[in-house]
Amino acid sequence: MTTEVKNLKGSSLARSKVQQQVINSLQKRHRQEKLFRGAGVTAVAISLLLVVLLFVNIFSKGLPAFWQHAIKVDIYFDPAVVQIAEKPVQQADESDNDFRQRDLEWRSSVGMINFNRLILDGLNKVIPDGQAHRRDLQRVVTSGERFAIRDMVINDPSVIGTTKSLYLLTDANIDVWLKGNIDRSLSDAQQQLSPKMREWVESLKAQGIIQNRFSFALFMNPDSRSSLASAGLAGAFMGSLYMMLVVIVLAIPMGVAAAIYLEEFAPKNKLTDLVEVNINNLAAVPSIVFGLLGASIFIGWFNLPMSAPVVGGLVLTLMTLPTVIIATRSTLKAIPPSIRQAALGLGASKSQAVFHHVLPLAIPGILTGSIIGVAQALGESAPLLLIGMKSFVASVPTSAMEQSTALPVQIYLWQGNELRNFFEARTSAAIIVLLALMLSLNSLAIWLRKRYEVRW
Amino acid sequence: MNNLSLILMLLVLMAIAYQFGMTRSRSIAGGNNSSSMHSRPHHYGMMVGLWAVLPPLAVMLVWNWLAPSVIDGMVIASIPAEFKPELEQAAIVMRRISNLAANFGIVAEAADWELNAASYLTGLKQQSALMLTALMFVVASLGLLLSFRKIQPSLRARHQVERVTMGLLLLCSTVAILTTVGIVLSMVGETLKFFTFVKPSEFFFGTTWNPRFSTAGVADGSLTGSQGSFGLLPLLSGTMLVALIAMIVAIPLGLMVAIYLAEYAPSKVRNTVKPVIEILAGIPTIVYGFFALVTVGPFLSDIGASMGLTIRATSALTAGVVMGIMIVPFISSLSDDILTQVPKTLRDGSLGLGATKSETIRKVVLPAALPGIVGAVLLAVSRAIGETMIVVLAAGNSPSVTANPFEAVSTVTVTIVNQLTGDNDFASPQSLVAFALGLTLFVITLLLNVVALVIVRKYREQYE
Amino acid sequence: MSESVAVNNAAKVKMTARDVKVFYGDNQAIHGIDMDIIENEVIAFIGPSGCGKSTFLRCLNRMNDTIDICRVTGEIALDGQNIYHPSLDVVQLRAQVGMVFQKPNPFPKSIYENIAYGPKLHGLASKKSDLDDIVESSLRRAGLWNEVKDRLSQPGTGLSGGQQQRLCIARSIAVSPEVILMDEPCSALDPIATSIIEELIDELKQNFTIVIVTHNMQQAARVSDRTAFFHLGNLIELGVTNDVFTNPKQKKTEDYITGRYG
Repeated sequence: MTTEVKNLKGSSLARSKVQQQVINSLQKRHRQEKLFRGAGVTAVAISLLLVVLLFVNIFSKGLPAFWQHAIKVDIYFDPAVVQIAEKPVQQADESDNDFRQRDLEWRSSVGMINFNRLILDGLNKVIPDGQAHRRDLQRVVTSGERFAIRDMVINDPSVIGTTKSLYLLTDANIDVWLKGNIDRSLSDAQQQLSPKMREWVESLKAQGIIQNRFSFALFMNPDSRSSLASAGLAGAFMGSLYMMLVVIVLAIPMGVAAAIYLEEFAPKNKLTDLVEVNINNLAAVPSIVFGLLGASIFIGWFNLPMSAPVVGGLVLTLMTLPTVIIATRSTLKAIPPSIRQAALGLGASKSQAVFHHVLPLAIPGILTGSIIGVAQALGESAPLLLIGMKSFVASVPTSAMEQSTALPVQIYLWQGNELRNFFEARTSAAIIVLLALMLSLNSLAIWLRKRYEVRW
Repeated sequence: MNNLSLILMLLVLMAIAYQFGMTRSRSIAGGNNSSSMHSRPHHYGMMVGLWAVLPPLAVMLVWNWLAPSVIDGMVIASIPAEFKPELEQAAIVMRRISNLAANFGIVAEAADWELNAASYLTGLKQQSALMLTALMFVVASLGLLLSFRKIQPSLRARHQVERVTMGLLLLCSTVAILTTVGIVLSMVGETLKFFTFVKPSEFFFGTTWNPRFSTAGVADGSLTGSQGSFGLLPLLSGTMLVALIAMIVAIPLGLMVAIYLAEYAPSKVRNTVKPVIEILAGIPTIVYGFFALVTVGPFLSDIGASMGLTIRATSALTAGVVMGIMIVPFISSLSDDILTQVPKTLRDGSLGLGATKSETIRKVVLPAALPGIVGAVLLAVSRAIGETMIVVLAAGNSPSVTANPFEAVSTVTVTIVNQLTGDNDFASPQSLVAFALGLTLFVITLLLNVVALVIVRKYREQYE
Repeated sequence: MSESVAVNNAAKVKMTARDVKVFYGDNQAIHGIDMDIIENEVIAFIGPSGCGKSTFLRCLNRMNDTIDICRVTGEIALDGQNIYHPSLDVVQLRAQVGMVFQKPNPFPKSIYENIAYGPKLHGLASKKSDLDDIVESSLRRAGLWNEVKDRLSQPGTGLSGGQQQRLCIARSIAVSPEVILMDEPCSALDPIATSIIEELIDELKQNFTIVIVTHNMQQAARVSDRTAFFHLGNLIELGVTNDVFTNPKQKKTEDYITGRYG
């Protein structure tokens, strides 16, 4: 006790000294506080800035690509050029197969016609000195448009002999030039367009014959390599759609079922522990590994077709499964045991309690988790490259077994196109489409969560 | 009839059988409101439905599994002896024939015997489909009838239905395990094949990556195997370099964001900023790759030029910086969770002693949260190592051992993509090496994930 | 209420509260409290739960600042200086008015580092030996030295509950505060640990002014010189402990003490 008393005396003396020391330290410490807080604000600001930068960048590049330059041409469907037999109609005594055969022959005969003539004739009317520069004239309208005109004839042969005023997409290089996406001061040798074409294009634009119009081609057409200006997202979109259908049909029911079993019924032992660790791990396995799995198992062993959305869908299903399971489990976990006990207390069996009382309450959470999983799958590209979905497909797939690509892979393919000046914008436009789809899925998930959120 | 319509028919059948079973149980129970029955009417309905649908479904699966090979065998057997293909060419011949049968185009004119075989194949397929439909019909009716007749008060229909449900649930939860097993088996199998061409020591410790191309048809290793060099180290060093740069960007940024949002930000700011930053997490990696390629790369290159440095537009730096941006929300949201789990009493204890907020965070909250944050960082590293699209587009694809971030590098993931999407023969070492790389990647990320998950789990338990 | 401040004139008033009101958002938790706290006394706050005693305690070193929606009006002074004045530094205030919490909350650090934390922050020791001295004397005063002197480098979280709470007391006296606020310091402890802490409080009052919130009336009677009874955010009665318990002036106090409610 004596030491204590000594201490007390010392301490009352020391107190003023202590206070002084505290005061002395204050300035430095408050400066540190400000710095630290400033660092936090800066980090948040940088992150927000990055979000803004990324979006501004993509949108400023991509938005102009939703509009494309098209030239207004009066196309005369000259009967002298378009000489076709009558469109076949199925006869009563004809089998489906025979009719299809006849129709196919007719179509290919129509395909033989030089529709490009029609376009050139139309162009001659607006470009007076076109005849003198036939090579340049050939390049004004993108080559895909002759097939659009062919399809008009196939769909309705009665257009023959009439004149229609059409907006035809110009060549990609003309679009690039008019949008100023190429350095106009480059020498002639470095320009994609000849001086003559540049002259035409400028004057047609001034006359309003070439206009910048909303590009339906971007949405309605499949990819194209011969006619870059008409390359579109339709094929990739359908491919992604088929894959998402597979994911929705497989991953969500399986994931939910697995989660219900693990959370509600499975005995708690080493084995279920292992399953739990396994699922958590699977959620963190790099996506490309799932691609290898798909290449080796689905394509190598099961002989499923390469590049088909069904394989992509299966790979993405396996990838999404852990997300759905984890989300469902955490939703189930959040439902208080009292609900189960109440149902059991009324004589319901365990599975009745789960399926009739617990599951309905968990549906909003399950939906939210599933939608987020599907959105993730929609944006995934790496595993799809490995199962052949990066090959060029020039048609819109009509089933999940046909060759196809997917939206994110289309972005990958387009960014690698040699005509950078044109495809940088078009790729950004594709990104905008993909982001719009994903963000609307995610907002749907957020809305669902907000709308049906229950706090226990 | 194709499989899809068969399945649809089964669903319709199930609905009908359900009705039957329910009505039957009601009529057996009579007027006494079914209390004499063991189970509720819908259980009987469900039971009959399951009996009517599950057996034919099983028949269908087995049939679809076996029938193609049986049909193929019959078609091959039907080919006249003089055209009969060698064993290894049978697959190619079959593909021609089935293409003919499906009216797809084939190269070169079809021979008569091929056309014959094709029409035989078409016939067999039709027969098979017909037989399957008939068989399924019989099995379904049997199942329906038998179960229908079994309905009586003592039948424990509910137990049967619940047992089937339980079985289905269990089956679904094994899919996750099967996926892991599938990953491991497929990759180990292909990797072992790869090691018949290249010695493991050459792969794991080789310092040169130059796989060349496989020459079609020469897949026996005697030529190709000795030509290319398959050294893992350049790829691994590139992967680590990019991941390191990504972490240098992401850890300070992500952690400071988490600290600000968890400790300083008023709830209004927090509720708006958090989702906005999480948008970064939802953006597909291909978009980041494109951003890196067309914006960040040239930008960094320009900055380098203005400081007299040569920075390639596609370099470890470009890929690493953009990957770092991608990982910021990952680290910030995980760390945010972890910081908010540190009990308030610890903060109060420190503040009560006169510590400033930043002192409390740096000296009490962060040390307390350290294990959790380490776990989060490990998960982020594993993600950086496995990330593909950003590096495919922005790292420059140049496999060399370098520590210079301004140079182009290649990574494990990039090489997997390159080797499997080129025109290499699937059985050549050039393709198989992708699986060896994939296995390496899987093992590395698995270790990181397991350690991280254990740490995070321990951490959570500590404060629960 | 000034008539209730019945203490001899020689005693020095350490802290004063005048018309203190506390709001949580739109809810008023404290309805205007006046109080004087005297140097080197032990004053206990009692009352039913939710009566505002803890809230008022936390006003005394502005711990309520950490709650966003909390707002304090009125005046609280330490040695005549308003602690809610904008020019006052809350860091300095908390160095002078320490706090011990309901649940022992040692930092996840070693015992030594727990005690050294405050002195290090405030720069109270320039040499390692000074710091060692502070750690030792603080632990001695908290009566913990003999129990932990051989394991100073082990984590503070490994101690028993009562030891942890004494560690927290030692931690707060290491910065030589003038007032120590204790918020139900024994509520999480067993009776033996509680009695040790009570003895400790008795010793500490020679040197510190102690304000203790307790839900345990016997404890208030045992350790405090004066007792304040709170009810629904009002200070009902403040007086010498013995008087409050044996001869309460207010009906509500009497009802509470005799166990009619609370």
